[in-house]
Amino acid sequence: MPYIQLKDHEKDGRLVRRRVFAGALFILLLSAALVARMYHLQVVQFEQHTTLSENNRVHVQPIPPIRGLIFDRNGLIIADNRPSFSLTVTRERAKDWPTILDTLTEVLELSSEERELYDKRMKQGRRPFEPVPIQFELSEEQIGRIAVNQFRLPGVEVSARLVRHYPLGASYAHSVGYVGRINEGELKKVDPVNYSGTHHIGKTGVERFYEDQLHGTVGYEEVETNARGRILRVLKRTDPIAGMDIHLTIDAHLQAAAEAALAGRRGALVAIQPQTGDVLAMVSEPGFDPNPFVTGIGFNAYKELRDSIDRPLFNRVLRGLYPPGSTIKPMVAIAGLDAGVITAATRVYDPGFYQLPGHSHKYRNWNRTGDGSVDLEWAIMRSNDTYFYDVAHRLGIDRLHDYMSRFGLGQKVSLDMFEESSGLMPSKQWKRARYNQPWYPGETLILGIGQGYMQASPLQLAQATALMATRGKWVRPHLAKKVGEDAPADPNPMPDIVLRDPKFWDNSRFGMEQVMHGPRGTAAKVGAAAAYRIAGKSGTAQVVAIKQGEKYDRSKVNERHRDHALFIAYAPAEQPQIAVAVMVENGESGSGVGAPIVKQVLDAWLLDEQGQLKSEYSTQATEANGKASP
Amino acid sequence: MNGSFDRSLSNEDVLRRRASLLQKLHIDGWLLLILLVLAASSLFILYSASGKNLDLLYKQAVSFGIGLIGMVIIAQFDPRIMARWVPLAYLGGLGLLLAVEFAGHTAMGATRWINIGGVMRFQPSELMKIIMPATVAWYLSKRSLPPNLLHIMVTMLLIGMPFVLILLQPDLGTSLLILASGAFVLFMAGLQWRWILGAAAALVPVCIGMWFFVLRSYQQQRVLTFLDPESDPLGSGWNIIQSKAAIGSGGVWGKGWLLGTQSHLDFLPESHTDFIIAVLAEEFGMVGVCILLAVYLLLITRGLVITAQAQTLFGKLLAGGLTMTFFVYVFVNIGMVSGLLPVVGVPLPFISYGGTSLVTLLSSFGILMSIHTHRKWIAKV
Repeated sequence: MPYIQLKDHEKDGRLVRRRVFAGALFILLLSAALVARMYHLQVVQFEQHTTLSENNRVHVQPIPPIRGLIFDRNGLIIADNRPSFSLTVTRERAKDWPTILDTLTEVLELSSEERELYDKRMKQGRRPFEPVPIQFELSEEQIGRIAVNQFRLPGVEVSARLVRHYPLGASYAHSVGYVGRINEGELKKVDPVNYSGTHHIGKTGVERFYEDQLHGTVGYEEVETNARGRILRVLKRTDPIAGMDIHLTIDAHLQAAAEAALAGRRGALVAIQPQTGDVLAMVSEPGFDPNPFVTGIGFNAYKELRDSIDRPLFNRVLRGLYPPGSTIKPMVAIAGLDAGVITAATRVYDPGFYQLPGHSHKYRNWNRTGDGSVDLEWAIMRSNDTYFYDVAHRLGIDRLHDYMSRFGLGQKVSLDMFEESSGLMPSKQWKRARYNQPWYPGETLILGIGQGYMQASPLQLAQATALMATRGKWVRPHLAKKVGEDAPADPNPMPDIVLRDPKFWDNSRFGMEQVMHGPRGTAAKVGAAAAYRIAGKSGTAQVVAIKQGEKYDRSKVNERHRDHALFIAYAPAEQPQIAVAVMVENGESGSGVGAPIVKQVLDAWLLDEQGQLKSEYSTQATEANGKASP
Repeated sequence: MNGSFDRSLSNEDVLRRRASLLQKLHIDGWLLLILLVLAASSLFILYSASGKNLDLLYKQAVSFGIGLIGMVIIAQFDPRIMARWVPLAYLGGLGLLLAVEFAGHTAMGATRWINIGGVMRFQPSELMKIIMPATVAWYLSKRSLPPNLLHIMVTMLLIGMPFVLILLQPDLGTSLLILASGAFVLFMAGLQWRWILGAAAALVPVCIGMWFFVLRSYQQQRVLTFLDPESDPLGSGWNIIQSKAAIGSGGVWGKGWLLGTQSHLDFLPESHTDFIIAVLAEEFGMVGVCILLAVYLLLITRGLVITAQAQTLFGKLLAGGLTMTFFVYVFVNIGMVSGLLPVVGVPLPFISYGGTSLVTLLSSFGILMSIHTHRKWIAKV
């Protein structure tokens, strides 16, 4: 054994020694490669690199891409880019910054607050030799003052750049949103290279949701500059790729008509084209002018907006949550019909209240004297609470939750809207998780008339209405019709609502038509003046709870505590072209205040200049359709 | 009597005695001399690269001192004793890497650190740079050489585990260096050329297949940017464009100490850490770079001599692996700064500012010294 080991040892030694040789050769070869590389850079390309480094200096300058434009569905411009003069500072050249800041303060007569802001913005620079904008939107006078004092302001320049502008101001603040200066948090999330020349980023709305598409791809140029930083020539240029344009689904005329219809009242309105899911109008009043946010809104101006009692910054369409009230009744009716707990002919006797078997608590109908014996159509027309207490009780919470969820309640319904609230459609499981309490049958009853825990946004109500109009065909409502050349795709489509018998859609629709056109319909006054048939439903959302046995008395209620008025409708009833939901804050009466607003919007979309139903929506096709469906 | 005996010693005897003093301290004179030359150069270049920052210089000198002490301490251990502890160290290192994976401290987007007592932070992957070649050397020294297929597979597994863990941190640069440090030991152990060529040949179709069938277009773009940073002049390409301008403008003789414009006008990022060779090249030209390269080659030559003269197989394999890996550090750093290789964060050994890498490198030279000075002198007799 020891003999063999010794032999092995010697053999191994020789082997390793040969490998040391091979390794040394390997090292010599690679070292030669390094020397050759140095020779290439330092001798062959010496002149070139000397030029770059000594006489002149090479800078790589990013060229920000042009942000994509936003148009309405007819090509009217909603967001464009406008050249604007801004003041920039290059840190490396503004060596004595405190003195320069003093000079700027003197020249531009800055307040101490503005001075501080300049100082803060200066420090936000990201790359060496980057001109950092410290003030957008310079006035002619300010430009003049800077020019006169330029010799005292090394490193300070006035430059023209494209800045986002919203020509229509407040109208699209809640749908398109706005861009603003990139903050530190956002800087960490974006690709630092692609945003190296960009100073703005989408903050809300379409601007935020489609940020990636709108932004585009950065370009750059290598430039030679002299010691003072002046550009001598461009060595190499790669053009930026502009962001994609977006065509909205919104129709600017309808949007304007909807704003006019709300007539300065606080509230929200959404109009959807049911077959396509196109959002035709989206209003949240009061709005605000997004333009100051682009260039940097002053602290006081922002404080005023933020603290206003009217909450202009609050997006009521997407984030405003209200109990849907009676607007939910047509959907509850469909749930009852499809589940088989009622038929269109089922009658319920209404003495003015409903009592659960074995309980003394009286669930009131809004009409205290009662409507007598009512069937489904009558119950929708009169918005009879007792009937729907009964339907809800027969359905039970599980089935009610299931059906309402299929209408999109309690979940996000939109395809491309930033920060949409999901609302709330309660269930047994939800109550157990939230309050650790069992579900009480009485809670099911009030859900049947859209009260209780339930909360929905105006967008969700509009979408549920659109689903009634399309007889269950789901298309997520969206704001972008075309991004670049393509329509946005739905990565998570909702399943269509398929009923046992499609006739149930008509049962519910007849009731909603009766609301507008029936002799005792709650909105019959509005329906009587319509040039086409409307299917609608009113609702009210309580702001403060009314105690058992107490009566809602408007004279006793603070104006801001009055009920919110709700109204949903689609038209023409037989061949729907548009579905609308409106919420008027403290408007009290859905049919009195909401219905006229909705009709104005329907008219604006459906009628031509002569006040006739537009020919493409005419009733020829509608009648054929009407005959086919029952 | 004693006094007259001392007087009668010749000069030659004194030299021999001094040599034996270094020998007793287990220090290799050649290595120590070259290391001190490198340390002095480092401080000299750093003074310029850091913008005459004496504080930084002082810190670097202290790190050097600590590293030298560590080196001497390590040199005292007999390599045979080291070999005994290698498996345990490997398991410990692996454990620390796992700890980083699950409880590590995240800095700059990568988890590489472990906090000790909330004060000290250290990178287990740095430790692995020494443990990895030692482990492979330990394993292969107990097998007959050249390694057969089974031994190669086991070695791959030993290298693969820490490699994957460091890759996940993510730290591609360090993981590749650790892979290389293990692979070089395998090479030293006589891995047949057909295996080496076979692996190289197999890599090509695998890469092509990955490119077309696995990578998505944005990943392809990332790889392209990695391979050609100049296609991304605002991101990683900025450094390369500037460092090439710095190197190129140095010419043959350089602009002179403290006179480099690229580095002093802050055009060159990380001028005192990973990109310090650009400062040297700008201020001392091609001559300066060649001299530094020559000093490195001297150090490597000494390492290879130690490898050839080592008496145990473990010593041979480890010394060879450590020396080859050291060259890879030099090559990768200079290659990356001069635009030959993609940018990975590898400091220039002994010159770049940074205590951790200094201590690790000096420790590995401590091991070389230990291998060389713990020989038993049977062969000479």
